[in-house]
Amino acid sequence: MQALTTRAKAVDRRPMTFLERLYLWNILKGMLITFSHIFKKQPTIQYPEQKRPFSPVFRGLHVLNRDEEGRERCTACGLCAVACPAEAITMEAAERLPGEENLYREEKYAARYEINMLRCIFCGLCEEACPKDAIYLSETFAPASFTRQSFIYGKPDLLIPDPKTQPAELAAAKGLS
Amino acid sequence: MRTLREKNKTVAEETLFKVTIDNITIEVPAGTTILNAARKIGGEVAPPAMCYYSKLQGSGGKCRTCLVEVSKGSEKDPRPMPKLVASCRTTVMDGMEVKNITSPKVLDARAGVVEMLLINHPLDCPICDQAGECHLQDLSYEHGKNGTRYEFQRRTFPKVDLGDKIQLHMTRCILCYRCVFTADQLTEKREHGILDRGDHAQIATFIQKNLQNDFIGNVIDVCPVGALTDKTFRFKNRVWFTKPVDAHRNCNNPKCCGEVQLWMRGDEVFRVTARKDEWGEIKEASNGKTGWICNECRFDKKKTTDWIIEGPSHINRHSVISQGHYVGVHKPKETFTAVMHGRDPKLLMNIHSVSEVNKPNIDLSLLERPAHSTDFK
Repeated sequence: MQALTTRAKAVDRRPMTFLERLYLWNILKGMLITFSHIFKKQPTIQYPEQKRPFSPVFRGLHVLNRDEEGRERCTACGLCAVACPAEAITMEAAERLPGEENLYREEKYAARYEINMLRCIFCGLCEEACPKDAIYLSETFAPASFTRQSFIYGKPDLLIPDPKTQPAELAAAKGLS
Repeated sequence: MRTLREKNKTVAEETLFKVTIDNITIEVPAGTTILNAARKIGGEVAPPAMCYYSKLQGSGGKCRTCLVEVSKGSEKDPRPMPKLVASCRTTVMDGMEVKNITSPKVLDARAGVVEMLLINHPLDCPICDQAGECHLQDLSYEHGKNGTRYEFQRRTFPKVDLGDKIQLHMTRCILCYRCVFTADQLTEKREHGILDRGDHAQIATFIQKNLQNDFIGNVIDVCPVGALTDKTFRFKNRVWFTKPVDAHRNCNNPKCCGEVQLWMRGDEVFRVTARKDEWGEIKEASNGKTGWICNECRFDKKKTTDWIIEGPSHINRHSVISQGHYVGVHKPKETFTAVMHGRDPKLLMNIHSVSEVNKPNIDLSLLERPAHSTDFK
């Protein structure tokens, strides 16, 4: 029979020698490998005290962006929701009233915006679909929780801090301070 | 008797013209326009039309998107026409040969027309309610070029309310005159038209006069862009998240056919429109007339109980509206009680206990105006 790969090894079916039948020698050989690892570099990371750097393309929890003047960028166009393969995003739109121009960038905005993190698969298609630069996937994990209720993220959870009124919080959220 | 029938037959044969459009030959009666002959063939051969509306007399000839090349005038005079012609206004001749998508000249001219139409059109599709069923969106996607060469300020107008149910965004208008013809031909008294000329031309009501006509809501359906939109649907939902359903009711208005399309989400009726055919025009109703609907059907009947529902409408599968796959869908049964012998599961999260979207006790569809921040407190 022809071997499938060049690395295939035939099983050695010869009877064991006396040294092999003692088992002691083979156990010693195994222990030697184990002990040699004590002197090698440890690959384990002590999370959460130690953290590894994220890849630049890492896709974590979503944030809803604001513009430089602190107005919400999202205009509830629904493209993220239609792009979402897990159907995790829902929203309700509203019309901006006179006097709310400092809150919302466009005449239409998302009055409610929810992402079900239980459904989300963090594929980043919402980020790609967004025509208004409003939704981004950040470098944060979804925190573990015992209740499913805490995984429905609304606008208060998703919006970034206002760069005008909360500059310190925004810098902290960006990991700059 | 026989002679008369033969006579009729010869007359009918005489009036049929043979016309070849994109190498497809078809026989049409004399007086048919090239556009309507191409629509008989259907598919990609039919030129796009932004201003022509077969149900409105006198429409067409304004947008120039339906330009075609006539490579042979007729059997008697085979010279080609010197320039591209608007197919909605040019009638066929016997033996005429027309090139639409087979002519690079036409495709180039059409891309130029799209660029001109988009010069003053704002790029606010994420906000616009027409997005998803907008003819200008389809046209620029299929026939336009990427990017714009225009560097100047776009023309803007303030928003105007035409009556309390229709919103006019003049900034989005492409001046196709369809709504003017609709108001002219469907209602007794014309109250809106085009004011000013050239770059300043705009659709306007005469001296702030409200449009209080029974059928004025149809201007929303004929508008190819988002210039005229339904205020009762404004910003409530995106077109592709609602499911189109055919329905009818016995309307008291004798001119109204009562056959409509409901745009529903769950059991809520978000919007009522007339039924559209494959060219985006209002369909013929079962009584043989054009299916215009009255304002009462369109704006006031927003409950499922007002309507007799016939079933999901057929939507072209290339349309974004078909993304919900509503045809042939059954409402799922609650299986918990059957599977668990009448007991409720110990851990069950009702999404409405956490989620603030789509609350069962709030019907945004019943609001007569767009939702505001006050509705979400």
